[in-house]
Amino acid sequence: MQYMLLVYRSEAKYKDATKEQKAETFAAYAAYTEILKKAGAFVAGSGLQDSSLATVVRAPDGKPTVLNGPYIESREQLGGYYIIEAADLDGAIAWAARCPGARQDTVEVRPLMVY
Amino acid sequence: MSQGDDQSAIKTAEAVARRSYGKLVAILAARTHDVAGAEDALSEAFASALADWPVNGAPLSPEAWLLAVARRKMIDAVRRRRVSAVASGHLQLMAEELEATASLVPEIPDERLALMFACAHPIIEPGIRAPLILQTILGFDAQTIGSAFLVSPAAMGQRLARAKRKIRHAKVPLRVPDRADMRARLTAVLEAVYAAYTEGWSDPAGTDASLRNLAEEAIWLGRLIVTLLPKEPEALGLLALMLYSHARRCARRSPAGEFVPLADQDPALWDEGLIDEAEDLLVRASAFDAFDRYQLEAAIQSAHVVRRRTGATDWVAIERLYDGLCAITGSPVAAINRAIAVAQTRGPAAGLAALPVLALGSRLVEYQPYWAARAELHTRMGETAAAREAYDQAIALEIDPAVRRFLQRRRTESFGQYRTT
Repeated sequence: MQYMLLVYRSEAKYKDATKEQKAETFAAYAAYTEILKKAGAFVAGSGLQDSSLATVVRAPDGKPTVLNGPYIESREQLGGYYIIEAADLDGAIAWAARCPGARQDTVEVRPLMVY
Repeated sequence: MSQGDDQSAIKTAEAVARRSYGKLVAILAARTHDVAGAEDALSEAFASALADWPVNGAPLSPEAWLLAVARRKMIDAVRRRRVSAVASGHLQLMAEELEATASLVPEIPDERLALMFACAHPIIEPGIRAPLILQTILGFDAQTIGSAFLVSPAAMGQRLARAKRKIRHAKVPLRVPDRADMRARLTAVLEAVYAAYTEGWSDPAGTDASLRNLAEEAIWLGRLIVTLLPKEPEALGLLALMLYSHARRCARRSPAGEFVPLADQDPALWDEGLIDEAEDLLVRASAFDAFDRYQLEAAIQSAHVVRRRTGATDWVAIERLYDGLCAITGSPVAAINRAIAVAQTRGPAAGLAALPVLALGSRLVEYQPYWAARAELHTRMGETAAAREAYDQAIALEIDPAVRRFLQRRRTESFGQYRTT
C-alpha cells in the first residue's frame, strides 16, 4: 500500500537558518531518501520551492482565473513530499518518524487511494 | 429432531457467539483490514448456524465451522463488488486459507488482542476507541453502546462506521505492536477498557442493566488482556484496579438505596474473592518494578481495603500514593483526592490548602467531587457559610438523586448545630 508523507515546515524559520544548518538539513534528507530507496520503499518524492511561487488556478466555466500565492495561508507550509510503499499504516508511520521533517517540523501521513 | 436438540444447538451458537465473536472478527479482518465486512460475514454465519445446527447438530468445532462459513460469505461479498487487482489477491489468499482449514479442525489462534490494538490505534479518535472495542470484541450493537456512552445510536453507529473505514482504508495493522510501540499503544488500549469500565460504573444504583453489564464486560476485557499479555505490569494494574472497585459495588448503596461514601461502607459487604484476586495481581505487577498510573491507583484502592482487616484506613500510605499519582498524571482529580488524604493525616486546614486552586475557566468548576471535598473540609473547620456555599455547588452539579440526597443531608448536618430543623 502506498502512503504520502507531507512535510510541513515554516518557510520563515527556514529562511533564517544559517548556511550550515541548511546544508545539514539537505544532507539529512538526502540520506533519508537513500535509505528509502535501499529499502525499496521509495516511490517518489521531492522538496517544493517556496510557497510564494505558488499560484492557485480555478476554471469553473472553462475560463481560468489565476491567483498568486498558496491555496492555504498558514504559519507552516507544505515544503515537500514523499510517496512510499509500506505494508500498513504502522509501517508508514515508522518511515515518517525517521523523516528529518518529523524531527524539525511536521509530517502528515496520508494513504493513497487504491483503485 | 427434538425440541431439546434444537435448544442445545441454539445454546451452543449463543455460547460461541459470546466466547468467540471477537476472536473470529479478528481473524476474518486480519488480511482485509475490513472489520465491518468481517462483522457482516460473521453475523451471516451465525444466522446460518441457527438454521443448520438444530437440523444437523452442532459441529465438532463450532468456531471452525463459523470461520469457514464466514470466509465463504466474505469471498462472495468481495466477488459481488467490483473486483480490483488488490481484491482478487485477497480472494485467492482467502480461498487458499479456506481450503487449508476445511480439511482439518484447526487450532484457531486468538487474535483479539491484535484487534484491540487496531481499535485503539492513534488514527482512531480517543473517544471512540472504547466503543469500537466493545463492538468488535464483544459484538455490542450501536444501540447498546450509544445508550452506555450517552450518544444517540445513530450518531454512535456513524462514528463506529467511520472508525472502521479508517482501519480499512488507511490499512491499520491488526497485530500486537512490537516493543518499541508497545508502551504508548498499550496505554491507549487500557485507557479504552478503563473508559468502558467507568461508563458502567457511572450507574451506581445499578438500575440500568446495560451499564452494569458494561463494567463486567470491561473486567472481562481486562482479564483477556492479562491472559494474552501476562507480563505487562500496567495491564495487571488496571485489572486489579477494576476488581478493587467492583468488589465494593454492593456496599455503595444502603438497602434503602441511599449513597454510602467509601469511609462509611461496611467492609463485610465487600467481595473478598475479588479483593484477594486484585491483591495478587498487584503483587504480580510490582515484580516488574515499573510503577505507573494504574498500579498506583490500584495500590490506593489496596490501602483503602486494608480496613477490612485492621478496621482503620491507611491514610499515610494513601497520601504518599497520591503524591506519586499527581506527579505522574498531573491530574486535578488526583490532587483533590490527595487533599482529602492530607486532611486525614494533617487536619482539614492542610487539606484545604492542598486543594487545587480554581483557575479562571477551569473545568474543575463543573466537577462535583471538588465542591463536595471543599464543603466537607470547610465543615470540619467550622466554616459553615463557606461549607454551605460549596455544598450548594456540589448539589447543583450532581445528577444522581441518591448522591444529591446524601449531599443535602451533609449540608444540613454541617450547620445543624446552629439551627433546629
